[in-house]
Amino acid sequence: MALNASKLKVGDVHTARLVDDLTRTQIVQYAGASGDYNPLHTDEIFTTKVAGYPSVFAHGMLTMGMTGKMLTDYVGDTRLTKYGVRFTSQVWPGDALDASATVKAITERDGKTFVELDVATTNQNGVEVLSGYAEARVDP
Amino acid sequence: MAAKKFPVEAGHILLFARSIGDDNPAYMDEEAASKTEAGGIIAPPTFVQSSAQFDPDYFLRPKIGQPWFGSGKNPTGLVRTGGGGGGGGGLHAEQHYEYHRPLRAGDVLTATTLPGKTWEKEGRRSGKLVFSESVTEYRDQNGELVITARGVGVRTERPVEQK
Repeated sequence: MALNASKLKVGDVHTARLVDDLTRTQIVQYAGASGDYNPLHTDEIFTTKVAGYPSVFAHGMLTMGMTGKMLTDYVGDTRLTKYGVRFTSQVWPGDALDASATVKAITERDGKTFVELDVATTNQNGVEVLSGYAEARVDP
Repeated sequence: MAAKKFPVEAGHILLFARSIGDDNPAYMDEEAASKTEAGGIIAPPTFVQSSAQFDPDYFLRPKIGQPWFGSGKNPTGLVRTGGGGGGGGGLHAEQHYEYHRPLRAGDVLTATTLPGKTWEKEGRRSGKLVFSESVTEYRDQNGELVITARGVGVRTERPVEQK
């Protein structure tokens, strides 16, 4: 279910709720699956007493992964050609996250058609936690 | 991240997809995946980050028999010297991927990482920031480039202030 260039226009926005109430357990799941066992994400005692943060916080890559679901649900499987982000604020247990992809341009290269997207994820306070871009191959 | 042999396994993809809250059948249901454009189980876009599991020296995984900087009897198992604020070897600032072809269960990747630029910036909420970039090429069993990844890490002078 890929996108059709003929039905897309600059400024179109696709949004998705990523998580309602991020749990510490989901962060633990991500640590286990990804292999990033940094205690900053799963060890409340280390993170508060040694590192000096108010609590554990999510891996940036968990936010990028969840935001990636919004993208692949929108552009279709195997269609992404580029996806890049900056992590602009930390994500904490209990956060609710919403992500959006906004059509920036429709381009052609080597006889193929692509959509360029601006990508952003924000928390329940409207604070941007991730800012980036993606490119995906679309049907003409 | 350097992994000489990173076997992309369906079970690992399932665990990874669950952890990011993605129940796309293309990641976990062989029969459903076989009917998609992918024609079989594929990996989510950020899956290659888990090549850390196959990097023998990955520093954010406890090593058997060695002290670990997370808590046990004490809040940290290590006496830290120097390093940045915030603990844990810095924070992830940016991540970029270019996809050259879909990554499928059954692929065996080799990851080769080259260091990139480093630069400094004065941060408002965490003091001096030292950024360092690395570029990782993921090639398949035939030497074909599958994914190019560029990561930027940042070391902060002190923990990031919370508003």
